[in-house]
Amino acid sequence: MNEKLQLDFDKITKTLKISEKEVKLKESFLKKFIENGFPNKKQEDWKFLDISQIIKKNIGDLSFFNDYSLPNKIDSSIFVDGLEHNKIIFINGRIEKIDFSYEDQNRIEINDLIEKNVKFNTENSLIDLNNAFTNKSFKILVKKNYSLKKPLIIYHSTNDKIRSKNINLSLNFELEENSCLRLIDYFSDNAEKNFVNILYNFNLKKYSILKNYKLDKFRNNNLKYSFNNIEQDDNSISETFILSAGSDYLKNEVNCNLNGEYSSAFINGVFSLNENQQHEIRSTINHFVENTKSYQLIKSVLGKNSKSAYQGRIFVDSKAQKTDGYQLSKAILLDETSEFNAKPELEIYADDVKCSHGSASGSLNEDSIFYLMSRGLNYQQSKELLINGFLLDVVEKITDPEIRNLVKNIIGLKE
Amino acid sequence: MDTREKDIEKLKDYKYGFTTDIENIKAPKGLNKDVIKFISNIKKEPKWMLDFRLKAYERLKLLKEPNWQKPKYPKINYQDLYYYSAPKSMKDKPKSLDELDPKLLETYKKLGIPLQEQARLNGIAVDAVFDSVSVATTFKGELTKHGIIFCSMSEAIQKYPGLVKKYLGTVIPVTDHFFATLNSAVFTDGSFVYIPEGVKCPMELSTYFRINASETGQFERTLIIADKGSYVSYLEGCTAPMRDENQLHAANVELIALDDAEIKYSTVQNWYPGDENGKGGIYNFVTKRGLCKGKNSKISWTQVETGSAITWKYPSCILKGDNSIGEFYSIAITNNHQKADTGTKMIHLGKNTKSKIISKGISAGFSDMTYRGLVDINSKAKNSSNYTQCDSLLMGNKCGAHTVPYIKNKNFDSNIAHEATTSKISEEQLHYCQQRGLNPEEAVGLIVNGFCKEVLQQLPMEFAVEAQKLVGISLEGSVG
Repeated sequence: MNEKLQLDFDKITKTLKISEKEVKLKESFLKKFIENGFPNKKQEDWKFLDISQIIKKNIGDLSFFNDYSLPNKIDSSIFVDGLEHNKIIFINGRIEKIDFSYEDQNRIEINDLIEKNVKFNTENSLIDLNNAFTNKSFKILVKKNYSLKKPLIIYHSTNDKIRSKNINLSLNFELEENSCLRLIDYFSDNAEKNFVNILYNFNLKKYSILKNYKLDKFRNNNLKYSFNNIEQDDNSISETFILSAGSDYLKNEVNCNLNGEYSSAFINGVFSLNENQQHEIRSTINHFVENTKSYQLIKSVLGKNSKSAYQGRIFVDSKAQKTDGYQLSKAILLDETSEFNAKPELEIYADDVKCSHGSASGSLNEDSIFYLMSRGLNYQQSKELLINGFLLDVVEKITDPEIRNLVKNIIGLKE
Repeated sequence: MDTREKDIEKLKDYKYGFTTDIENIKAPKGLNKDVIKFISNIKKEPKWMLDFRLKAYERLKLLKEPNWQKPKYPKINYQDLYYYSAPKSMKDKPKSLDELDPKLLETYKKLGIPLQEQARLNGIAVDAVFDSVSVATTFKGELTKHGIIFCSMSEAIQKYPGLVKKYLGTVIPVTDHFFATLNSAVFTDGSFVYIPEGVKCPMELSTYFRINASETGQFERTLIIADKGSYVSYLEGCTAPMRDENQLHAANVELIALDDAEIKYSTVQNWYPGDENGKGGIYNFVTKRGLCKGKNSKISWTQVETGSAITWKYPSCILKGDNSIGEFYSIAITNNHQKADTGTKMIHLGKNTKSKIISKGISAGFSDMTYRGLVDINSKAKNSSNYTQCDSLLMGNKCGAHTVPYIKNKNFDSNIAHEATTSKISEEQLHYCQQRGLNPEEAVGLIVNGFCKEVLQQLPMEFAVEAQKLVGISLEGSVG
């Protein structure tokens, strides 16, 4: 694989118009990645699902070179109906369109990012991979006191032209004081057996609000990894919702640094899996200062041969008194072949804190099914009703009513 | 001064910190084949035992010391340790207690363990282990009447080779992790218990461990077998002298419960924790594992961990038999610069197996406490359930409390529930107690004992009182 990596890398750097310095920088990341390779289960963070094995089994040989010289045709049928929105469209990893037509153009800035911010999490070789191979990175800046009128939907779509490719994307967002962004990541795939590696970096200034909804609903054979790094200043709020249901493999990582007082972070997630799907959410919330708050709720419904994992970590620095941290993960196992793994972790160095976590897993409650069937529903209907209620609980946590309805429709939940 | 204060005054310093001046026989320093042969030879072991040790040693050479634990420690030089140390007078084993070195008897008296049976009031049979050898086992006659075997490991190897050969290393194989394998190679003594079919052991069995010599490690090995339908309750206590150096204690404890048998294993661990600056103290790296081999068997671990500079252990249950039950109750207290990384593993293999984990961690001073646990329900373990609760209490903001549970559910018929909380002693609680006339230290003692109550209740009566006091003393000076 290493020769292939080097060859593809040389091919890319030749076609890109970038400075010598940048090539050097990229090369250093490539070197690091070659050294460490894809993460495997020997690493604590990859204990439950071994990505290097999964790539080997599901894809085989990966190719890291993508030809971005020709534009792809935008298929408008993938667009979300019934919700006016701004768009960024990625097709096979190439940015095809950026459309902020609903917004005041003076209040938003979109820059090609030359210098890269890669200070965080250097232990993660997938981030090195991303840094080495991303060909174009953007920074989106929302200016002071501006709230985007419409949500921004980033379409991550693939067409049947690619296979066995590694696609790397990277975006940076900065929300200036008292600004607000609603961001939806919407996945739709026609291609098969690719490995998509997405890296987002968010910088939230005072009183800003970020709402990020990641929707991976449509069944496909791709493998995906997504890493969100969120830096939060005083009184900022971040809300992340993850629908993890479509791809063969999907790991969502969220690293949230609460650097300012009265900042808060919310992470909610739904796994709805079956047939050979293996998904994971790993969250790290770092409470660095006083009076910060975090809340996490993750629920799984696991069908035949599926596996979900949740690794949540709450870190409380000795300075971070009055922290409020909460984590809850619940799973319903529907089949004897389904598997649920959890590692909810607390690491606490301050004494005046309120931190707790809970985890529960098991099958559907027989008594509840009996109750519903005694009122005239058949077994299947009762089961569906219970699962509906189980998942609705998480979706109700979405604070934006428009998007909450959209997500309900996408999952097919009834009230 | 009321009695509690007096107690505290008396115990303020580690009261077991004395050394006993006794001539020792030591194996040459270092870890190699010759030392293992020396140990095996001095204990007059049969060849199969030596082979067992050598096999472990060969395996050990391939293993690396694990380093994933939270409390890090300076590298141990395994070649700079004595692997065998015994009081000289034990070379020709005394036939009765009268022949024991009076100095040894004195030591155990200081520890509060009366070896002379006539001096005993509470019917607990004791096996006392001093450095590397077992010095005396009490109440033998009474136990023999019931067919119970309770003796030192060395004696068992001589007298009951069939039983030892059959069960030793079946729960912790020689191919296990680094410290367990090290123990398999160099273990010196420990207790052996066999409860025959249908016998309910009439008294508590107890072992008392003491490290005395310097630069030694204590590697004891305990094996408890409860045959069909039997019951035994076993207690373990530990102390060591105060020394500036860190001493290693790497024991292996294996429990085997056959059909309908029950083993209750309680530990009050009070090894020397080091001084308030974190100098010296015991490294307590112990492997404890129980196998519920038969149907309807039960193993219950209860531990009160107050000592040691570093505690790193996970008493575990392998629930292999159908309907078997595993329980783990733990109080771990760390103060000053102590560190603990402890918890349990519950591995569900059989049908209808149940496990329960109650863990209470208290950290004060500059200490660091981690609960690390694994609950693994196998795909064949139909209709199994686990309940886990781990609570941490922090005193001050220089200490840490961490919870790292691993939860694996591969069976859709089974339920796992896990809860954890972290808190401090609230001002309201303190205020309430003080308003009713308690001073702040008493108030804290009361609240902490309430916090630990669920676990303390599990201890046999005699130990519960001692443990309660120990809890109070360990937190001495951490309030205010």
